[in-house]
Amino acid sequence: MNPHTTLAVAEAAAATATYAAAVRQLNVSFGSAHVLKDVTLAVPAGRVVGLVGESGSGKSTLGKTLVGINRPTSGEVLIGNKDFTMVRGKARQQMRREVQYIPQDPYSSLSPRRTTGQTLAEALDPRGADPVKHGDAIAAALERVKLDPSAADKYPHEFSGGQRQRVAIARALMLEPKLVIADEITSALDVSVQADIIGLLQGMRGTVDSAMLFISHNLAVVQEVCDDVVVMFQGRIVEQGTIDAVYRDPQHDYTRKLLASVPGSPDFTLD
Amino acid sequence: MRRLGGLLLSFVVLVIVTFLIVPLIPGDPAAIAAGEGASPAQIATVRAELGLDLPLLTQFLNYASGVLRLDMGASFISGEAVSALIFTRFPFTAEIALLAIVLVLAVAVPLGMTMAILTRGGRSRWLDTGFNFVTSLVYSVPQYVVATLLVVVFAVTLRWFPAAGAATLNSMVLPTAALMLGPACVISRIVRRETAAVLEKDYIRTARGWRLSVLRTNARYVLPNLVTTTLTLSGLILAAQLGGAVVIETVFAWPGLGQGIVNAILQRDYPVIRGIILVLGLLATLIIILVDLILAIIDPRNLGGTTHDV
Amino acid sequence: MTSRFRSREFWTPAMATGAVLLIALILIAVLAPLTLKQAAEQLTPNAAQEPSAAHWLGTDDFGRDLLARALVATRLTLLMTGGAAAITVLAGVVIGLAIWLSGRRVREAALRVLETAVAYPSLIFALVIAAVLEPGVSSAVIAIGIAGIPGFARITANLASSISSSEYVVTARLLGVSPVRIALRHMLPNMAEPLLILSATVFALSLVEISALSFIGLGVQSPEYDFGRLLNDSLGALYTQPVEAVGPSIMIAITGLSVMLIGDALAAHADPRAKRRFFRRALQRNRTVAVPVGDAALVRVENLRISIPGRQELVKGISFAINPGEVVALVGESGSGKSLTAMAIAGLPSEDLAVEADGVRVGDMNMLAEPNQSRLAKEISIVYQDPGTTFNPSLRMGSQLTEVLRTHLGLGGAKARNLITEALAAVNITEPAKRLRQHPHELSGGMRQRAMIAASIVTSPTLIVADEPTTALDVTVQAEVLRQFRRIHREQGTAMLFISHDLGVVEALCDTVLVMKSGEIVERLTSGQLAARNVHHPYTKALLAAIPVLDLGRTPVVAGAETP
Repeated sequence: MNPHTTLAVAEAAAATATYAAAVRQLNVSFGSAHVLKDVTLAVPAGRVVGLVGESGSGKSTLGKTLVGINRPTSGEVLIGNKDFTMVRGKARQQMRREVQYIPQDPYSSLSPRRTTGQTLAEALDPRGADPVKHGDAIAAALERVKLDPSAADKYPHEFSGGQRQRVAIARALMLEPKLVIADEITSALDVSVQADIIGLLQGMRGTVDSAMLFISHNLAVVQEVCDDVVVMFQGRIVEQGTIDAVYRDPQHDYTRKLLASVPGSPDFTLD
Repeated sequence: MRRLGGLLLSFVVLVIVTFLIVPLIPGDPAAIAAGEGASPAQIATVRAELGLDLPLLTQFLNYASGVLRLDMGASFISGEAVSALIFTRFPFTAEIALLAIVLVLAVAVPLGMTMAILTRGGRSRWLDTGFNFVTSLVYSVPQYVVATLLVVVFAVTLRWFPAAGAATLNSMVLPTAALMLGPACVISRIVRRETAAVLEKDYIRTARGWRLSVLRTNARYVLPNLVTTTLTLSGLILAAQLGGAVVIETVFAWPGLGQGIVNAILQRDYPVIRGIILVLGLLATLIIILVDLILAIIDPRNLGGTTHDV
Repeated sequence: MTSRFRSREFWTPAMATGAVLLIALILIAVLAPLTLKQAAEQLTPNAAQEPSAAHWLGTDDFGRDLLARALVATRLTLLMTGGAAAITVLAGVVIGLAIWLSGRRVREAALRVLETAVAYPSLIFALVIAAVLEPGVSSAVIAIGIAGIPGFARITANLASSISSSEYVVTARLLGVSPVRIALRHMLPNMAEPLLILSATVFALSLVEISALSFIGLGVQSPEYDFGRLLNDSLGALYTQPVEAVGPSIMIAITGLSVMLIGDALAAHADPRAKRRFFRRALQRNRTVAVPVGDAALVRVENLRISIPGRQELVKGISFAINPGEVVALVGESGSGKSLTAMAIAGLPSEDLAVEADGVRVGDMNMLAEPNQSRLAKEISIVYQDPGTTFNPSLRMGSQLTEVLRTHLGLGGAKARNLITEALAAVNITEPAKRLRQHPHELSGGMRQRAMIAASIVTSPTLIVADEPTTALDVTVQAEVLRQFRRIHREQGTAMLFISHDLGVVEALCDTVLVMKSGEIVERLTSGQLAARNVHHPYTKALLAAIPVLDLGRTPVVAGAETP
């Protein structure tokens, strides 16, 4: 794998400015642990990009750096065409709203004491968070994730895990952000519920303008949901491209090993 | 290093707080020191002697440098040096406090573990309720009430032990008992709760899968994992017992620091109040730091943390 | 909230007792000063009387009724305690939240100061304040109230920091909700319950300390009186009139007890563990069963039923067998009862469940009785999910991995270590001798799980029960662990019961697949049938359809065909 190709892709994308978000030469360290090493990546507008890798590969850290939870040690984080790391104050708050985050665990991502309506209204209007005033928008958002409008008056404990995850998705899309980071959002779910969420995400294609960075360790799910895929290994991007290109003709040894380790893969063998 | 910093910080805070007692009291400390019926001229002399006419910052620096030289002034009442007074009283408090700490741990840890094992997974509900009720009752009876009742029963009615004073070894029994009952209840409750939590852990299930005996499971898989929380909380509670000692000593006329500070407060003897509060505060901090150090030594995660390799 | 007060679970004996006592105390506090003031404060010539029908607890040196005094003192004591507790709780919550809201540096410094302040005995802290203020009701309330603040502020700050790392707070922050709004909208409502429970403790502590202040003469001053003051009065007459101490002592104890009981009950109610009901399973007598002639199965399960006693049936009468050397998979989603079934077969069912069956045997061991522990340890090995917590963090790996060899096979330490070292090497663990000296946290997840597998084979068991052994692992590590299971099966012919939610994993490893749904086996498949997608039950079909299949643009290699 040639890192220059990666950089070239990002720069080409940056030149035409059709990406929703990008990072350039990004480094993140926690103490002595160098978690992200010279990561350069562009998420094209409107596309769903899968970010795969194993624990410790840095994929979650990359997602959290993009939303601003982690601070980069060096490098640029571009939202639209502005460097997120350079912006302060009000403008930073505004930029923050351009990137939304869906956490993994649907049981801890919704405040137990607030109704769905209040949760969604807060996304639209952090000050007032009035579910009555934004009733129409909330109904539309629930409709988008195939939930009944009556869900607006319910509390999280009245929902199943899959329904909660739908609410979390609706909240992230509420502001029609440039980029949504979905951090292992199907990993905590049963397979049949996972299939529902996959179906939902597939069905929303074309109706949603936001780009999505879909972080997952499950390569089969990524194939179902994403247009492009980025493979990370030990803090670096080792390969990226369209799903078809990477899955059918992986270039990097690690990508091959990863694909061969999935049970049900043609190359999977226990002997 | 961090702990040393903590000790230093709390020492500084204590010196500042104890210093502030005198400037903050309503009325004129010099008038109090000079005694009732002193003339304005006498009060002025006392004020100059004590340095109370100097600017606040100078007063503080004088006080702080005095503390470092173990010179905390002299009692307003007896004229005795405060440090000498503390040295005579300290051993009495240390005696009963240490004895109580040892007894509390010796009673509470086995009791708490046994209760947790007997009531695990909702077993023996009545035992559970009974234990909760008795420990709540004993704990909610303040130590001085326990002390008073002990005196009524064992000293006044049965006449087994002396009610007051520190003349004989026998006289330690009632103060120590009064001091330890409450903490023994709290700590056994904590140990019980922690044991119950450990019993839910996956590695206990692993030990069950290896079909280890109850004794072996508890000795090797439960006990070592209780130490951290139990010791930390026990340290805090035992430090708080220094407060309990104050009251207990009053009941038993035990000539320790507690009785000393109560007398001093009643007589508005500020140098003595300052000195004893400083010493008790340092003791409390030392207990916490000691617990911290013990934990650092026995916790494997602190020992092996750096040898991690991939 | 309202429905909770009506639920029977809420009104435990402790809660009911505490509530009744507290209501009685409040009634006394309201009524006693109105009706008994005369008896409590009027000086009479009946001085220092013994208890009698007219004066149940006797009278004091001034001829005042001691019972009346104790009852009348309730109002002042409760008001003072309530006031002090309110100061502690309100200021503590405000300061705790403010610390959380402030910047990182301020927060760390403030937490250090609190830590130091908490170490300081609050009663002595209160004495300092009492020494500065003139003794009296309000200074006692202020002193005790302030003395408790650091502790409560620290608890609030700790709660706040644990809630602030929860995902809904992180998400709210990303949405641009201001910190103050996050505190009021998300944190306070979710902290309310634990804070309420802690407030009960604060009340009990304030009671003790306020009474202590009065008791040593620094709190309430004559002619006013609270419990502590009454006890102080009794101290002088302890030898002549010991009964004088009884009234205030009992009142303090009852007040403290009522609040403690309520606090305990609230805490227990919030803790799901406390609700568990123990169920004493009826164990069969005979530890072994006679295996019928012609029954070659290693494991036979007949009509197994597992239930929460009196409530819900979780496994609804399933039957199956495992032949020697056979690898059987139980597959299903959460709640299907697959793990419950596996643990019942391994002889380790959860203790609050009822397990009934017409028969469950492993070899000739009767799993419905309590078979010989050493035989169980040798013949059935168990591999669990989640390698992060399956080992005791306080003991070295070697000490844990050799546990069965030493306790049940009677091997010496050195011999056991040699055996386990070989077994670790066999599952591809590098530097096995060094691993044995390490603690669990020093090993990676995949390494720990392989160590668990190594420990499970050293006794040459006849059956390995593996409960989701690869679920917590990365795919490449999962493949490696699965290869180890396959190798063991090849080399030692060990039968396995393999629990998984992943049909893909199961397909590669198992001879027989049992699909479970809601406590029933809905379909039995051979691995060949599964590979050919030759399934009939709608649930199996749905499950297969739900699993995303990796498409690499090539067809899978057909089983049995030559591999390059």
